[in-house]
Parts: sequence; C-alpha cells; structure tokens
Amino acid sequence: MRPESETDLAEVIRAAPGPLRITGGGTRPIGAPVEGAVLETGGLSGITLYEPAALTLVVRAGTPLAEIEAALAEQNQRLAFEPMDHRKLLGTRGAPTIGGVVAGNVSGPRRIWVGACRDHMLGVRFVDGNGTILKNGGRVMKNVTGYDLVKLMTGAYGTLGVLTEVSFKVLPRPETCATLVLRGLDPTRAVAAMAAALGSPYEVTGAATQVSGAVCLRLEGFADSVAYRVDALQRVLADFGAAEVLDAAASAALWTELQDVVALASHDTVLRVSVKPSDGPGVQAVVEAARTDGAAVQTDWGGGLLWIGTSAPDRDCVGLIDDLRAHCASVGGHVTVIKASAHLRRAVPVFQPEPATLATLSSGLRARFDPRGILNPGLMGA
Amino acid sequence: MEMPEPDTTVLSRKAQIVARLQSVLPTGAVIHTPAEVRAYECDALTAYRCPPLCAVLPASTDEVAAVLKICHELGVPVVPRGAGTSLAGGSLPTADCVILGTARLTAVIETNYADRYIRVGAGRTNLSVTGAVEAAGYFYAPDPSSQLACAIAGNIAMNSGGAHCLKYGVTTNNLLGVTMVLMDGTVTEIGGAHLDAGGLDLLGVICGSEGQLGVVTEATLRILHKPEGARPVLMGFNDNAVAGACVADIIKAGVLPVAIEFMDRLCIETTDRFSGAGYPDCEALLIVEVEGSPAEIDAQLALILDIARRHDPVELREARTEAEAARIWLGRKSAFGALGQIADYMCLDGTIPVSSLPMVLRRIGELSEHYGLQVGNVFHAGDGNMHPLICYDANKPGDLDRCEAMGADILKLCVDAGGCLTGEHGVGVEKRDLMLHQYAPEDLEAQMAVKDVFDPAWLLNPAKVFPLACSAGRRMAAE
Ligand SMILES: Cc1cc2nc3c(=O)[nH]c(=O)nc-3n(C[C@H](O)[C@H](O)[C@H](O)COP(=O)(O)OP(=O)(O)OC[C@H]3O[C@@H](n4cnc5c(N)ncnc54)[C@H](O)[C@@H]3O)c2cc1C
Repeated sequence: MRPESETDLAEVIRAAPGPLRITGGGTRPIGAPVEGAVLETGGLSGITLYEPAALTLVVRAGTPLAEIEAALAEQNQRLAFEPMDHRKLLGTRGAPTIGGVVAGNVSGPRRIWVGACRDHMLGVRFVDGNGTILKNGGRVMKNVTGYDLVKLMTGAYGTLGVLTEVSFKVLPRPETCATLVLRGLDPTRAVAAMAAALGSPYEVTGAATQVSGAVCLRLEGFADSVAYRVDALQRVLADFGAAEVLDAAASAALWTELQDVVALASHDTVLRVSVKPSDGPGVQAVVEAARTDGAAVQTDWGGGLLWIGTSAPDRDCVGLIDDLRAHCASVGGHVTVIKASAHLRRAVPVFQPEPATLATLSSGLRARFDPRGILNPGLMGA
Repeated sequence: MEMPEPDTTVLSRKAQIVARLQSVLPTGAVIHTPAEVRAYECDALTAYRCPPLCAVLPASTDEVAAVLKICHELGVPVVPRGAGTSLAGGSLPTADCVILGTARLTAVIETNYADRYIRVGAGRTNLSVTGAVEAAGYFYAPDPSSQLACAIAGNIAMNSGGAHCLKYGVTTNNLLGVTMVLMDGTVTEIGGAHLDAGGLDLLGVICGSEGQLGVVTEATLRILHKPEGARPVLMGFNDNAVAGACVADIIKAGVLPVAIEFMDRLCIETTDRFSGAGYPDCEALLIVEVEGSPAEIDAQLALILDIARRHDPVELREARTEAEAARIWLGRKSAFGALGQIADYMCLDGTIPVSSLPMVLRRIGELSEHYGLQVGNVFHAGDGNMHPLICYDANKPGDLDRCEAMGADILKLCVDAGGCLTGEHGVGVEKRDLMLHQYAPEDLEAQMAVKDVFDPAWLLNPAKVFPLACSAGRRMAAE
C-alpha cells in the first residue's frame, strides 16, 4: 500500500484488518522483525515550506533525504544533526526518507554540540492507530503550547503513529572545518582527550574514535576562527601527544565515514551502546572479556556512544549482548542491536528492556495511540 | 477566568488530610493555617489567587512519594510548585489542592566535569546551578530572565527558555534525566547521564508537561564550558520592518549569534528613562550578541555590522569595554521592571515565524488603538518569540477584562500567522481556553491521553493546560 495523501493514509489505517509494517526508503530495517502488510510512505513526498531566513523547513515524511539536503545546500544550510546513512553498514538499498530519520531519531556525531534529531524537530503531523490525523508542535522555533508529542513521535519507530509531515529547525553550513587526529591512546586516555576537548571553550562539533583507536576532533566555522581554535585546541591537548591536522576536504570525508559507521560494514552483527563517556572504556572491557572473535569498536559522542561490530556466531553474540546489557543496567545506559541476522533479532530484544515502571508507561502510551496494536507491532519489543 | 468548583468532600476532610501528611513529614513541613497558606495563593500571574487546602515541603524523593501516595489514596488534587514565578498560572492552587513545594530539594547531588553534567535537587534555582559549576569554568545554558528565583523543577515543567537559547536551546535540549514520582507514589528514573535515553522519549514529554504527569525531584542537566568571551552590538532603526529584515539577513548570512533581542519605541523610551541606558531615539532597536575569542568576536561583528549598514540604521553602537556592553544590555534586562513602573502590565509569549514580524507588529499596533491600551514589544527576534506587554490599570474597572480580551486577540494573531500561543511561559490557566484556536479537539485528546497514562486519576494539576470543557469528563470521572 502506498497512499498518496494524508487522508488516504488515514483511510488505509482505519480500514487495515491487521498489522502494518511501515516503511519509508527501507534503508533502516532496525528493530524486531515485524509481520504485517507493507505500508509505504513514499507517496507523501515534497517540501511544503522552506524559509531560509527563519531557519525552518516543513516536509512530507516520505520525502527522500537527498532531495532535502540538496534544497538546503542551495541556501548554504543543512540538517545540523547529520543523520547517518545506514545503507553501507546494513547493506541496504533504496533512498532514505526523512520520515525514517525522524522515526529512528537518527543523529550523527554533531549531536554532542547541536543536539539530536529530536532537538531540531519543530512539529509533526501523523496518523495514529485509529486512523485519526493529529498534529503537534508547529513550524516555529519556540513552542511550549501543550505537551511535546513531537519528541514522543521522534524515535518511536512508527509504533505510535505514521508520520505524514515533519518540520525542522535548519542551520547554516559553516564556511570550513578541520580535524585534529591523536593516535596511540588507549580507550581511557582517548576518552580523557575527548573530555578535555569538549570541556574547552572551542566548540568541538565531533569527538569520535576510529576502530584503530585514533581520536578525531572536529572544529567548524569561519576560516579564521577554525584556524585559531585548531591552535588553541592543540595547546589544550598537549599532554596527549602531537595531533595531525586534517583540512576541510579530508575532514568532510572522515566524518562522513564516522557518521555512517562504514568501518563496521563487514561485520555481521553491530551493536550500539549509549553510556556516559567515562563509562565507555568499561564497555570496551566487557567486549574484550567476552572474547568475541574479531570484535571492533568505533566510538562517538566523546566516547559515550559505542558501535561494536563482530562476526561471531549468533550464540556468542547473545552472550555478549547479555553481558553488555547487564553492564549498562548497572552504570546507566542501553544497548540496541542495529545489525543482526533475523534469527538473532528474534533471539534477543533489539532494544534494551526497560525497567518495569517505564515499560508500563510505554505500553500504556502504545495502547492509547494504537489500541489495535497494528503499527509496527513488536518492533520496539513491547 | 474560570476554575473548577472545589471538591467539597476534600474540603470537609481537611483535618484528616493534614494529619495524614504530618504523619509522614517532619514537623513544620505541612503548612495549613489560613494565614500561612496565603503565601501560596498565586504565582507571578497575580491577577488570579486562591489559597490551597494546605502546602507541603518535602525534603527528599521518599517524602514526595509518601505525600503523593496519601493524596492519591484520599483523592486530593496536588499542584507542584517550584518558585512560583510562572507567568501562566501554572502553580495557581485550587481550594481543594495540596501545594507540593520543592523549596527543600535544593542539593547539588553530583557534578561531573569529565562527562559534563550536574545532578541537582529539582528545587534548586536556575542561577545557582550555574553558580555550582562556575568556578570550574562551566555554566548551565538555559537562562530565563527569572533565573535568580525560578527553580529547575519549574523550568522543566514549562520547558523554559532564555535570551541565549538561539544558540544553546531551551530546557528540553539541556535536560538529560530526571527522578520523577508518579501520582500513585511510584518513583521512577528517566534518562540519565548518557546523551540519549532508551525507548520512547518520555523525558521529552515530561519536559513541558506543566506538572501534570509527575513530580520531578531530581534532574541531571548538561553543563557547558563558558565561551572565551561575549560582546553585544546595538542597532537602532526607524522602522520595525527594516529591523526585521536585518535579522533575517543576519541569519541568512550564516552567523549564529547567541542572542538577538528586539525592542520597540515604547520599550526603548520607557527602559531608557528607567535605566539610563542611553538608547537612541528610534522605532526599533536590536541587540545582537556573539561569542568567542576577541578576534572571533571582531570578525563576526564586522559581518553583522556590514549587514546592518545596508539597512540604513539610525545608530550602530559597538561595546568596546565590559561597561559599555553592560550598558547596552541594561535597558533590555530592565524592560519588564521599567514597564512595571508606568503601568500594570500583562506579558504575552506567543511565537511567530520571523518572516511575519512586520505584519504582526502592525496588527498589534491596530489592536492597541482599538482597545485603547498601550503595548510595548520586547522579544527574542532570532526565534520569533514575542513578549508583547499590554499596559493597563488594575484599579480601573474593566481595564483587566479589556487587557485580557486584547491579549487573546494577539495570541490568536500569532497562531494565525503560523506561530503558537506560547513560546516559553507555558499554557497554565492563562492560555488554557485558547488551546482550541491552535489545536483541533482530537489533538488535545491525544495530549490528554498521555496524562491518562501517567496520572489516570487526573489528580496532578488537573485544571491547567486543557480547556475545562475538554478535560471535564476526565476530572469528573476521577472524583
Ligand atoms: C520577571 C519574570 C521573568 C521571566 N522570564 C522568563 C524567561 O525569560 N523565559 C521563560 O521561559 N520564562 C520566564 N519566566 C516564567 C517563569 O519564570 C518560568 O516559567 C519558570 O520556569 C517557572 O519556574 P518556577 O520554579 O517559578 O515554577 P512555578 O511557577 O512554581 O511552577 C511552574 C510550573 O511547574 C510545575 N512544577 C513545579 N515544580 C514541579 C515539580 N517538582 N514537578 C513537576 N512540575 C512542577 C508547576 O505545577 C507549574 O505548572 C519569567 C517570569 C518572571 C516573573
């Protein structure tokens, strides 16, 4: 099914006899496998409003991301939260849509400085599981009128409603960027180096480590300002050894690779762990202790986001995921299975199971927004 | 403004309720004599007042849980209260409610510079959060003008903003986690020190829920290192529309100032007289502030001034010293106080798309003539969050009514222009009855469904946010 308008979509949902599997570009098959009739959002496409001077963009949810990025680039603007492209990592085809970005709250390295997708969302229109067309938020940058269902819908993976239109705050594209690369630091020192950079006044917009362990720190802005901050940051990081400085072109290529987690593409299983940065090395220790063959780790967000790739047999992955989840439950954080065989995605919850009270609240919300349980049922585990 | 009739069975059981609350709280933490509860009869929307049944001041999450459990069992409504600076009547009591104050939950629980967060008791004031990390060079970014008094709990409930949110975002963008007690006394942790909480974004819904979903007792907040420096410029224009166009051009040029503040003639003149800021004689004034090292600031300001010069300014004033910078901000920071000297005023808070600024200001001018009430406009121009200040005379019969009618017209105008009723102050009781102008009944149903899940008995701050007629069924069912 591929409705061409919001009212058609509402009709489709009202008339649906059973579960629906909602898909945008189909490039991010994240979550537990869903059995259901395929509902495509690609028919709801197009930019409805773009006001560069007001930094606002309103688009239909099925609009290809590439179309949006091109329109923004023409005005020297961008979606500042740099949504990752999952295609290389997951080996998927197709064209990512903006609705998929929002449904997964997909946010890249710049999240540490400008916030996540959810922080750039101004409004949503969506159809709930009853087929009711709803809206929340709007198109202005400050809005506290009623509850913030925009946040609730962002990252709900379509389980509360099917997005039809989303509005964003967009930001100017900086004149240039540069990257400092530090090598030879162990995970603890790497996190310390990133903490020193992020604890400086120099507005670091990316703090990640490659699989090799190299620490990458990005600076963006006007050319003189970037040059000044490259020097200043090197002084802050003097204790961590000499830094290599990458120019704008090399930086751009590097950060696209980091954003898309290309380095882990060859692994069968990829996990995403979110903890506070200083707990990152502890997570890496859990990975080492599990002795999963050939595991590789890339980190982001100052070390608080860990991408773990492994090609170990599913059985071993189950053990690793259990260990990581137990560890995260004790230090605060969670593990999401991003890439895995269908078998593994059935064998373990894709999202970290929540404490009982939160699970009750979440299922209560699902029961309200989707009483028949037909929207991507089970995708988030509940 | 209408409030629901108090529940008479609750009123008649006051002694029992007070005794139960006293049994779980230390001496002095239950305030119940008529003279004492008067202290809680209103917030900063002082036009409306009502003393509560009683007020409690728990000093721990456990005490909050004990209070809520009792109120839940006895069917007593609870209105959470931070510092009572809400301009929307968010913490306005009803006669049958218990005010749950956070004034004793002020501890700094943890500061962590390596991971850049602070965890505090929710009653801690906004400014004292920054105060706790300042010595290490850090700050907490959201800075409502009320920051000396307002509590983090209130900031979270209202998703408060501030002058610097163009660059740093509002409360929701700087909140990492909370400890929250549900109305039935269940204590829950949402989010934490890591950047993204798992599962549905419940934290995002709690922030801005106006004390209707749970009582926040602790919060984990993101802290940032202070910039090397900041400096404002002042620009005067002879036309509102030109000032608006200048703002648009600055934003389009790719500079992102930390603040862009706007004042119109009435505000310029009044604040200037009040504060001696030495503002130019003009129709519209912009204060634009940028951050960075001295050289970075120079470069950004050069670009901004270049743009401003193309708009035929009456005056461009750069701050060469700290004192000059302070003088530029002086008038803006005293704007509310200055207007308060010449009249009683009502402060509105609608947001509009920046592009419709000239049209909206013109319409406000027309409404001002129509109602015969003066309006001063001071607002955050970068993000379109307006604060029209309607001047009236509280002692003049009918003036408040006219002021409210005009306020409603202005807010509807904001919505019709593509904006919203409130950008940072919240709905409370003040904008409650206008909600149907912005949202369809089913949109409000969806929001109320969220409350049903968190507070099925509708006991937490039940008479706020939603038009009484919309929430009536739910509130009655609860009784
Ligand atoms: C002079 C002045 C200037 C202002 N400037 C700004 C500004 O620049 N930006 C801005 O955004 N606002 C501003 N405000 C409005 C006000 O200060 C904010 O809304 C503030 O966040 C309210 O905080 P409070 O602690 O006083 O909350 P209160 O007024 O006590 O309560 C506000 C709301 O929070 C709820 N609440 C309180 N505590 C809790 C809790 N523990 N758990 C759950 N809910 C709770 C209450 O029920 C109520 O709905 C200003 C107000 C004044 C008087």
